[in-house]
Amino acid sequence: MLSQKTKDTLLGPLNANNPVVVQVLGICSALAVTVQLKPALVMGIAVTIIVAMSNVIVSLLRNTIPMRVRIIVQLVVVAALVTLVSEVLKAFAYDVAMQLSVYLGLIITNCILMGRLEAFAMTNNAWDSLLDGLGNGLGYAIILVIVAFVRELFGAGQLLGFQVIPQWCYDHGYENCGMMLMPAMALILVGCVIWVHRSINDEKK
Amino acid sequence: MAQKKFVCSVCGYVHYGDAAPEVCPQCKQSGVFVEEKKKGIDTNSNTYTIVYSTILVVIVAVLLALVSQVLSPRQEANILLDKQKQILGALKIDYSTGNPADIYMALVNDTLTYDKQEVYVANLNGETKYILPLSGKGLWGGIGGYLALDADKNTIYGVNFNHESETPGLGAKIVEMPFREQFEGKHIRNAEGAVVSVAVLKAGKHADGQEQVDAISGATITSTGVSTMLHEELVNNYQEFLAGEAGHTAESDPTAEGGLTGEAGQFNTED
Repeated sequence: MLSQKTKDTLLGPLNANNPVVVQVLGICSALAVTVQLKPALVMGIAVTIIVAMSNVIVSLLRNTIPMRVRIIVQLVVVAALVTLVSEVLKAFAYDVAMQLSVYLGLIITNCILMGRLEAFAMTNNAWDSLLDGLGNGLGYAIILVIVAFVRELFGAGQLLGFQVIPQWCYDHGYENCGMMLMPAMALILVGCVIWVHRSINDEKK
Repeated sequence: MAQKKFVCSVCGYVHYGDAAPEVCPQCKQSGVFVEEKKKGIDTNSNTYTIVYSTILVVIVAVLLALVSQVLSPRQEANILLDKQKQILGALKIDYSTGNPADIYMALVNDTLTYDKQEVYVANLNGETKYILPLSGKGLWGGIGGYLALDADKNTIYGVNFNHESETPGLGAKIVEMPFREQFEGKHIRNAEGAVVSVAVLKAGKHADGQEQVDAISGATITSTGVSTMLHEELVNNYQEFLAGEAGHTAESDPTAEGGLTGEAGQFNTED
């Protein structure tokens, strides 16, 4: 159904060319929002939508953008989109907007966005850019979810806010690992994900 | 300043610069360069850049202003509804089954206005409850909340907290029931009747002369923020209300007025 190139554009960033573990972009927000699974999921979805949208817009504008101010133009597009999304959320999904308050702002500074705009959208057509945006957004989301899963499970014994580790374990001396709640642990976990990812991909070659 | 593009007509070598070189560095022939004119407008010229940026910024500004204008009534309604829900939360009322706005209107029937603060008066099953809006500082941003007091202006009936950006799983736990429930039934005055607030302290520590609740472990700064907020608001900002002087009622409600003056007398004697 999809050509090989389209497949590569969409699915490449999920594994072989993952923005977080291969290109090591977007680490800052990966540390900030992965204490719990829920904000990580929402952040992943928000970034996916915004990367895809800004990729399409910049791709459509790419032949008209003056080269010397292109970064600023890209930034204006992203900032306008983020503001737009947050305004719409505040009007129609106030609870979600409140939960996302900080993270929405953080999206503007997410390196993945500028990276994709500069490296892909500026030189490719709108359809490919849309796929690239979706792929990279999801690639980012996957890593966030993996890290948040481990951190919430071992840090709080919960998943999505529900208690997973039974009281029985606590009664027999099990304790939540407070270290998991620290940002440093997120970095170590991202490191572990990179390690596993590299070992698997090296075996394939 | 924009550079021109010259292409060698023999080998296709491309040279960027103000003028074409005499001899092509690739195929060593002279006089073969042809300037390649760009189609349409030169996107690198200063004029184009300035006009482009101006148009882009104007479009974005108009778009955002428009969206903001169109959505602001809905957003304000949401903010108001959120505030009403939080006040209902402080009053420990389950609003999930009905319309929160209607429940709120039925319960909260008066607002007392002071210099800096507003106090909401609710009538809950015949008992008067005062709701005090709070605001303070957490670790990353502002924290706030609503404190519901019994008619004696001393016993805490319920409390609700909110925050802008406390750490999820740590400081953000101030909005959860286990933390909030601790405040219920605590007294904000000491035995002598002076307002001393309630302290939020690590387990094992003991407050001197005031009642206390347990802090959230791992969220020291947020917990201290809650403690400081309560102290600031109760001891300083709500002095006038807690001292018992009747505020300027927004609506003339004879029962609320009567209740207030009665309390004023009561606490004046204690002071």
